[in-house]
Amino acid sequence: MTLPRHDGPFRFQDGARVRVGTGDPPGHIRTPMYLRGKVGEVVRNCGAYRNPERLAFGGDGLPLLPLYVVSFRQRDLWPDYAGPASDTLTADLYEHWLVPADVAGE
Amino acid sequence: MTGPHDVGGRPDAAGPVDRSEHVFADWETRVDAIQRLCGGARFWRLDEFRRTIESMSPEDYVSYSYYQRWVKAQATLLVEKGLLSADEIAERLERLRGEMGGAE
Repeated sequence: MTLPRHDGPFRFQDGARVRVGTGDPPGHIRTPMYLRGKVGEVVRNCGAYRNPERLAFGGDGLPLLPLYVVSFRQRDLWPDYAGPASDTLTADLYEHWLVPADVAGE
Repeated sequence: MTGPHDVGGRPDAAGPVDRSEHVFADWETRVDAIQRLCGGARFWRLDEFRRTIESMSPEDYVSYSYYQRWVKAQATLLVEKGLLSADEIAERLERLRGEMGGAE
């Protein structure tokens, strides 16, 4: 299937520090709970895709949403993490779930 | 709300990973075939299928096997989309039980 083009800007560049939203809206959410409110770094722009939160209820998922690979330090996610400080976890997150890290959580 | 699937960082909800190979039962390959047909024809989207699975009650989600979740979600979506009614599914199940001599 051919996706319509995403003409909008991409808000975040590679290397941007971002904070995941802390909201807990009802519906079909792909952002894992354990990442809500955590700060990570954008490591890749994956392009723009239909919004799964709307596709899940039969919608067309438009407008397209930018999707990023965001890297988190394991030590920032788990209070008791005993592994090396360099250990990371990456997740695919849609742009509407991200704010610049210097903006306080919602 | 944390769904029953969202178990990252919740040792209370996620036990050790079972790494044994799965041997498919006949009914599981049929469930897989229904999924390929309905998903391939865009009768429902993967996101709708996920939504249906992940909105199960935690009790159901935990007690069902992987393909039991699939077939429950398929039944829910077939009714939601109006292709079958819940009564039609119940009647067919009843008839199959009879044909199988009451075996589960």
